[in-house]
Amino acid sequence: MARQLMKGNEAVAEAAVRAGLHAYFGYPITPQTELLEYLSRRMPELGRAFVQAESEVAAINMVYGAACTGSRVMTSSSSPGFSLMMEGVSYMAATEIPVVMINVMRGGPGLGNISPSQADYNQSVHGGGHGDYRQIVLTPGSVQESVDLTVLAFDLAEKYRINTVILSDGSIGQMMEPCELPEMQPLRGVSTEPWAITATMGQREHRMLSSIYLKVSDEEKTNIRILNRWRQIEANEVRFKEYYLDDADFAIIGFGSAGRVALTAVRQARAEGIKVGLLRPITVAPFPVQQVAELSKRVQGILVTEMNGGQMLDDVLRIVKGNCPVEFFARLGGVVPFPDEILSEIHRIAKGPLSVDVDPRSAWLDRMAAIVN
Amino acid sequence: MDLPIQEQVVYEHPVALLDVSTHYCPGCTHGVAHRLVAEVIDEMNLQSKTIGVASVGCSGFIYNYFDVDFVVAAHGRAPAMATGIKRCLPDRFVFTYQGDGDLASIGMAEIVHAATRGENISVIFMNNANYGMTGGQMAPTTLPGQKTTSSQTGRDVEQQGFPIRVSEMLAKLDGASYVVRRSLHDPKNIRQAKKAIRIAFETQLRGLGFSMVELLSVCPTNWNLTPVDSMKWLEDHMVPYYPLGDYKVHPAVAEMRI
Ligand SMILES: Cc1ncc(C[n+]2csc(CCOP(=O)(O)OP(=O)(O)O)c2C)c(N)n1
Repeated sequence: MARQLMKGNEAVAEAAVRAGLHAYFGYPITPQTELLEYLSRRMPELGRAFVQAESEVAAINMVYGAACTGSRVMTSSSSPGFSLMMEGVSYMAATEIPVVMINVMRGGPGLGNISPSQADYNQSVHGGGHGDYRQIVLTPGSVQESVDLTVLAFDLAEKYRINTVILSDGSIGQMMEPCELPEMQPLRGVSTEPWAITATMGQREHRMLSSIYLKVSDEEKTNIRILNRWRQIEANEVRFKEYYLDDADFAIIGFGSAGRVALTAVRQARAEGIKVGLLRPITVAPFPVQQVAELSKRVQGILVTEMNGGQMLDDVLRIVKGNCPVEFFARLGGVVPFPDEILSEIHRIAKGPLSVDVDPRSAWLDRMAAIVN
Repeated sequence: MDLPIQEQVVYEHPVALLDVSTHYCPGCTHGVAHRLVAEVIDEMNLQSKTIGVASVGCSGFIYNYFDVDFVVAAHGRAPAMATGIKRCLPDRFVFTYQGDGDLASIGMAEIVHAATRGENISVIFMNNANYGMTGGQMAPTTLPGQKTTSSQTGRDVEQQGFPIRVSEMLAKLDGASYVVRRSLHDPKNIRQAKKAIRIAFETQLRGLGFSMVELLSVCPTNWNLTPVDSMKWLEDHMVPYYPLGDYKVHPAVAEMRI
């Protein structure tokens, strides 16, 4: 199929339509709104369901109901809206149904601003909603990757009956890039999944889907089932991209936009003869634990770069376990780092000395004092 | 000479209602309302295409009593969840069953917008003037002066505001097609309640949009009254504040022949 120039948000919307999206529910919020606007045209055109909900709370609970029917459903929002969705996120995780959610992150906390950010990493990767649950979190670094991961998200969500989040940001949602869209998949009929709530139609026993387990032993079993399923996902679904890591002395770890900016810096550093490479996690949940662990045993230092205050950094530190020094660099609150900034970090690290005893966040904050004031 | 014996069935267990005992307190009207819903489902032959949406409150376990598919919504979100289901499966019959705390407090936005969208779902709204499940706290429908565990000297409207008359409020919305209030305090009213449920369900089946039947209900346990006294309390106190009647009947609904 021909490549076409598309805006990130619209490309995701069209990719979802082609992946067989049956129903979409959302609420306007920048920098995600084009996704909703696009689907407000496209879904009715195809005779599919589109509802602009009264709030993100309502939107996610519409998604909850729709997902219970076994239909392919999706919502999208940006950070403040995602916070409101946490109720439904927790209930859906407990109900073990497949759902796809797109978070086009913006600067926070609070109302923040509408510029790109990665500050909802912890909310998506380590909870957000109440209770013990996990969800798959995919992080695109380009418009094409947003398209591909949208299609993958539906398949993964259904394969494991799990919430699947595409953790994008304002720059990827807003940028225009050439991309290739998937073939149009036909819309599936009424679900035949053995759990789907479709009414009995006189063909089977009645069913119930809920998040309630009044007997604590049942709730414990459910929690353990969810955790065991997560182990399976960790074993099978880790995705990442590696650049120039084969002979690298130093490694950068960054996802999404931060990883993309880092790649430009890595290429410049390579041109200067510095042996630096990049690990860009595609799934931040499940996290590429093994890859980071192995990396930490063969490089002289790791630089974690994010557009938040070091949320993924904590995960990396837990995996590296002091095998090598870890450094940190971030711009945040809606500020996107320039490749030059990361390049000078590479220079600093290549020059050394590095120590495993330095608290990378604290050291970064000290350096930031000069930049931000 | 043997006279032919004329048999007439006057009582049967509704097919849509499972033959189990409920967890409801003695004298609670949830059981009455369940039975009415089940009878209407039977009469309209809806059982196989029905999807119920339970809410959070005493009736949260309604799925244990009906032989139909059910989901359980988060507190107040049943109309949103029903919207999601109905938009995916428009030819199924979808109803929510909600208490007054659920519908008129935490779920106010969801019910108002489902109604104003003209969402083609039916809502059974149980108004028992308190939060039953959590032990009888003040609800948005608690009457002025009514004692609850969180308005212990009686609801003081200066501090705690006034009750909400939900049917009157939703009736103002163009999207709402059938909004009525009935009561469950005596057989005559119960029969009228059933008729209203029938019309509400027909409204949905004919694609005429949002329908809601508000049912004035008792909560003997939390009201600290006997079942009989609580029926009297409902009639004496709730009916005057919440007048029974048809608040919105779209002409297309009025024309329906049932
Ligand atoms: C988000 C949330 N807040 C609070 C509760 C606690 N809660 C459970 S039932 C209930 C009140 C239900 O009252 P009502 O809707 O009037 O129904 P009833 O029990 O009287 O039938 C509350 C507050 C909850 N489950 N979820």
